[in-house]
Amino acid sequence: PKVTAEVLAHLEHLALVDFRDAEGVERLQKAIQFADQLQEVNTDGVEPMDSVLEDRCLYLREDNVTEGNCAKELLKNAREKVEEYFVAPPGNIPLPKLDEQQTSLQGS
Amino acid sequence: GQPLGVLDGIPIAVKDNFNTAGIETTCASNMLKGYISPYNATVVQKLLDQGAVLLGKTNLDEFAMGSGSTDGVFGPVRNPWSYSRQYKEKSVSKSRSEDEESNWVITGGSSGGSAAAVSSFTCFAALGSDTGGSTRNPAAHCGVVGLKPTYGLISRHGLIPLVNSMDVPGILTRCVDDAAVMLGSLAGHDPKDSTTIQENFKPFELPDLTDVSKLSIGIPKEYHAPGLSGEILALWSKAADLFKNAGAKVIDVSLPHTHYSIVCYHVLCTAEVASNMARFDGLEYGHRSDMNESTESMYAATRREGFNDVVRGRILSGNYFLLKQNYENYFIKAQKVRRLIANDFVKVFRSGVDILLTPTTLSDAVPYMEFIKEDNRTRSAQDDILTQAVNMAGLPAINVPTALSERGLPVGLQFIGRSFQEKQLLTVAKWFEKQVKFPMIQLEEVKRLDHGVFQHEKSASFS
Repeated sequence: PKVTAEVLAHLEHLALVDFRDAEGVERLQKAIQFADQLQEVNTDGVEPMDSVLEDRCLYLREDNVTEGNCAKELLKNAREKVEEYFVAPPGNIPLPKLDEQQTSLQGS
Repeated sequence: GQPLGVLDGIPIAVKDNFNTAGIETTCASNMLKGYISPYNATVVQKLLDQGAVLLGKTNLDEFAMGSGSTDGVFGPVRNPWSYSRQYKEKSVSKSRSEDEESNWVITGGSSGGSAAAVSSFTCFAALGSDTGGSTRNPAAHCGVVGLKPTYGLISRHGLIPLVNSMDVPGILTRCVDDAAVMLGSLAGHDPKDSTTIQENFKPFELPDLTDVSKLSIGIPKEYHAPGLSGEILALWSKAADLFKNAGAKVIDVSLPHTHYSIVCYHVLCTAEVASNMARFDGLEYGHRSDMNESTESMYAATRREGFNDVVRGRILSGNYFLLKQNYENYFIKAQKVRRLIANDFVKVFRSGVDILLTPTTLSDAVPYMEFIKEDNRTRSAQDDILTQAVNMAGLPAINVPTALSERGLPVGLQFIGRSFQEKQLLTVAKWFEKQVKFPMIQLEEVKRLDHGVFQHEKSASFS
């Protein structure tokens, strides 16, 4: 099934990564075609496997604080910060639609 | 003073997707260039606690995605064997310098840097990671031992994740005994990694096996994959005969779903990647774009600038397979196929087979110029076929360098063991290593230093 422009736009929005060009879209098409081979396998009655360790109990420990207090260390790696805050540009502004985005991308 | 531990003073290299406190950790990506880790990965900490000396971080494919170590931002890794006398002797040459520039071969990947470091004597051991064969593949191409431990044996805390349900830290050394020593220092429960098993791990020394008559070696017929070179097929056959002649039981077995492991991996890997790469948004660490109009546009620009095509491609594919309309048919389907693949192994081991013997790669290392003619995904799909299924099932496996190819390059064979039976796996691997006497790499610069070291190259070699 060919991927519609709508789905492409949706994917770019979800992934926050762009296809960049027709080659990128072609790559996705090929990836889907490749993955379709899975349909050949008969999986009736087979449960999906999340982890090879599914038969074991997860390790749980007491809910006590054992480490932390390293805000200064962690902030060192951030580019924009104010006191103990990471600074982000204004939120709640939706990404421009695909065609508008192309023009803004061409600018950068 | 007292030695800090069994690894005191031993030079070690670490693949650059392990966090190392105070030292840049890049994953060979623009996204993490300049990122100084605030902590040590558990495995790194364990090595340092034993007194190991960290020589450096090694190159890889960007975010460990690839099978050539050619797609990182620092450029491709060159296989040290490209500069060996053994390879140069066999290549039809016009002029020396012209050859070296166009003829050099890849290391395989994605832990190519680590394999090259061990292979070229710059360190005694190195850490790699193995998600689809990323430790065993370069080990085979570089003529070193590459051990993939059972999933859950060694902590992944601090290893920047690719596929959480398949990643393991890998060990690269020059001989099987060294791998056992490294394993002894690294294995064991880590409260910081909930996917490590809780049983106590006891480090072991490998016995010198002399009697293999009680062993049952399985030869899975599906590993006679399309594209397997005649040379490697012959070597595999010779190895099977070696065991047979020594009294072991060697039987043909079948792992019917092997063929689907690449497709299955393709879906599961891209899906997990889509999730794991979501953390890179420029806010807390790593590259941040100058774009400042909105949070989302900053994220998008940061990710476009930080990731290469391979990574972005996988993120997009992964997101596609995880869409509500596709989830059942792709992601869940792949998880079901994963169970079938894992069950294949369970059935075979339950039937009395102790160890499986297979080739590790389809051929010896190809020249870089040839490798880059196909794209990353195609290459990975081809090269991972012999190693990937092991990650699906979480089993331990090891590459043992076996012989030199006609082009003078290393070829290795793979042993696959039962879950958590590393001691048995390594014992058999050590026995095999002793039989084949893989030749030492003859690098011009190193030869000048010590003649005594090269004594054993004169003994008969396996091929």
